[in-house]
Amino acid sequence: MQNSVEIKNLDLQFGAVKVLQNLNLEIGKGEFLVLLGSSGCGKSTLLNCIAGLLDVSGGQIHINDRNVTWAEPSDRGIGMVFQSYALYPQMTVEGNLSFGLKNAKLPKPEIAKRIKHASEVLQIEPLLKRKPAALSGGQRQRVAIGRALVRDVDVFLFDEPLSNLDAKLRADLRVEIKRLHHKLQNTMIYVTHDQIEAMTLADRIAIMRGGQIMQLGSPDEIYGQPINKYVADFIGSPSMNFLEGNIKNGTFEMGELSIPLDGYEFGDTGAATEGAATMGIRPEHVVTGELVESTPFQVDVEVNLIEPTGSDTLVDCEVAGHHFRVRMDGQSRVSVGEKLRLGFAPARASLFDAKTELRL
Amino acid sequence: MIDTTSAPLTGPQGPKPRKPFSRRNIFLYGTLITIALFYALPLYVMFVTSLKGMPEIRLGNVFSPPLEVTFQPWVKAWSEACTGLTCNGLSTGFWNSVQITIPSVILSIIIASVNGYALSNWKFKGADAFFTILIFGAFIPYQVMLYPIVIMLREVGLYGSLGGLVLVHTVFGMPILTLLFRNYFTSLPEELFKAARVDGAGFWAIYAKVMVPMSLPIFTVAVILQVTGIWNDFLFGVVYTSPDNYPMTVSLNNIVNSTQGVKEYNVNMAATILTGLVPLSIYFVSGRLFVRGIAAGAVKG
Repeated sequence: MQNSVEIKNLDLQFGAVKVLQNLNLEIGKGEFLVLLGSSGCGKSTLLNCIAGLLDVSGGQIHINDRNVTWAEPSDRGIGMVFQSYALYPQMTVEGNLSFGLKNAKLPKPEIAKRIKHASEVLQIEPLLKRKPAALSGGQRQRVAIGRALVRDVDVFLFDEPLSNLDAKLRADLRVEIKRLHHKLQNTMIYVTHDQIEAMTLADRIAIMRGGQIMQLGSPDEIYGQPINKYVADFIGSPSMNFLEGNIKNGTFEMGELSIPLDGYEFGDTGAATEGAATMGIRPEHVVTGELVESTPFQVDVEVNLIEPTGSDTLVDCEVAGHHFRVRMDGQSRVSVGEKLRLGFAPARASLFDAKTELRL
Repeated sequence: MIDTTSAPLTGPQGPKPRKPFSRRNIFLYGTLITIALFYALPLYVMFVTSLKGMPEIRLGNVFSPPLEVTFQPWVKAWSEACTGLTCNGLSTGFWNSVQITIPSVILSIIIASVNGYALSNWKFKGADAFFTILIFGAFIPYQVMLYPIVIMLREVGLYGSLGGLVLVHTVFGMPILTLLFRNYFTSLPEELFKAARVDGAGFWAIYAKVMVPMSLPIFTVAVILQVTGIWNDFLFGVVYTSPDNYPMTVSLNNIVNSTQGVKEYNVNMAATILTGLVPLSIYFVSGRLFVRGIAAGAVKG
């Protein structure tokens, strides 16, 4: 696959603060890449560097096999959508869409053609004569996407585009962005702190922390085989349960409990490493009721707290002194103080070295 | 639907009743009315006196309305009152002031707004140092610079001309106006500026097509500040211009303080009101614009 965007040894520092350090990233043509991380991890900064809105301190940025490290934002073949929409408030929707094209001195019929096409794709034709103030949040964001669309570029950059919308609208627009990507087949780089957005939209997710990429992989890989404890904890809601213990002779020992590790796929070493470790198991991978009998590991717990969410019921309990959460079906009837038998398969769990916090 | 009606309520309910003549209201409105009267009374006295003839003024009823309304003092103040040797009234000074104020206001606002825009959005090396020096300029007393500027204007051949005074007003407006514009542009969402850059707009295109259309409120404030400041200026007007080019404030002073003949109070009052009319009308006109400007600028992105 040909690469659309390549970032090579990118450094960025503000004074003495290193925001991005020796960052390398290759994004294929037509790929949907999500940069995911908590605030301050450098994900928006990276996007601004790609857009050319920030001067880099070191390294190169290539877009479509062209070195654009020193190029102006408008010459990079990118379109950008911002969190606050950033529509020009004194121009109509049409004016907003045509602003970039007029700056590029495109002929009028071409501008009209592109606006027509974009407004059809985004279904904003009836709004063309309105000012942004007369639009709803969802409509504004569509216009903002349209502004990137009319530029007819290969790479779309999204900077937390849905964060300003309410939950329901966010879910609707998320689907629309996905549909748009299927239709246009452009390269899209999408910054968010919302893991649901990341999981649903991405071909690949880059989890960032402290200006570096922790893990780069498909949503499946990120969810199933997190590379370290941070990623495991960051992805998934409610977050993963962690149990501290020791690995000895192919079992995970924790106080009186011992969990057999049959079926767990160890990483590079291929075999069980002895010593202190942390086991992570997702609340949704723990089973209850009749299914428990079929799991290799079972334990009895007492229910401390329940959180019904409608579709699921989250149960708080304790396993060997560790806080432990279980996701049960919304229909299940449990009450506080009840005894519950849990079971899970170690094959679906993740093991991390207690010291380095890396996946074993 | 769920039935939400309940038994009739007892005790306090709905809006809390308020007495119109509570102690709080009497104190509040009493203070406001007293202060309003205190400020309005001199204006009233000026206005009625300007409409009276001299014999009526000599009767000494300062507060009474004119028995016989006459506009002669106004006509005299505008076109006949004497300042020294010439007797052209305020009209010459008025036109001089117009020729001073309009170019000074336009020039200073254009330059300061570009300054503020560059300082807030295009951070260049030494921008902060430049800004600090500029702001420091606002704190230097005018008197310190009075004489050096006389020499500078003389050397470039502008001393005594209207152009020289326009230059001085433009320069002296720079610190406060730049501060004003810089702070306003900094408060605009940065993403708009970024979006415009991605859209390929350059320095001037972003300024003219994105920033200025969003800045009506701050331009209005700047116009009010500059028009009133420059129109009311006396010191620079008297120092940097020659008698032919004296602004209206200087003419007014010369009329009111002329030592020859009888003190014509009605003419003096009319001349003073005429001089104050321009800043006054600016407040009335732009006050409404100001409110509209804020309403238009409130919609961000």
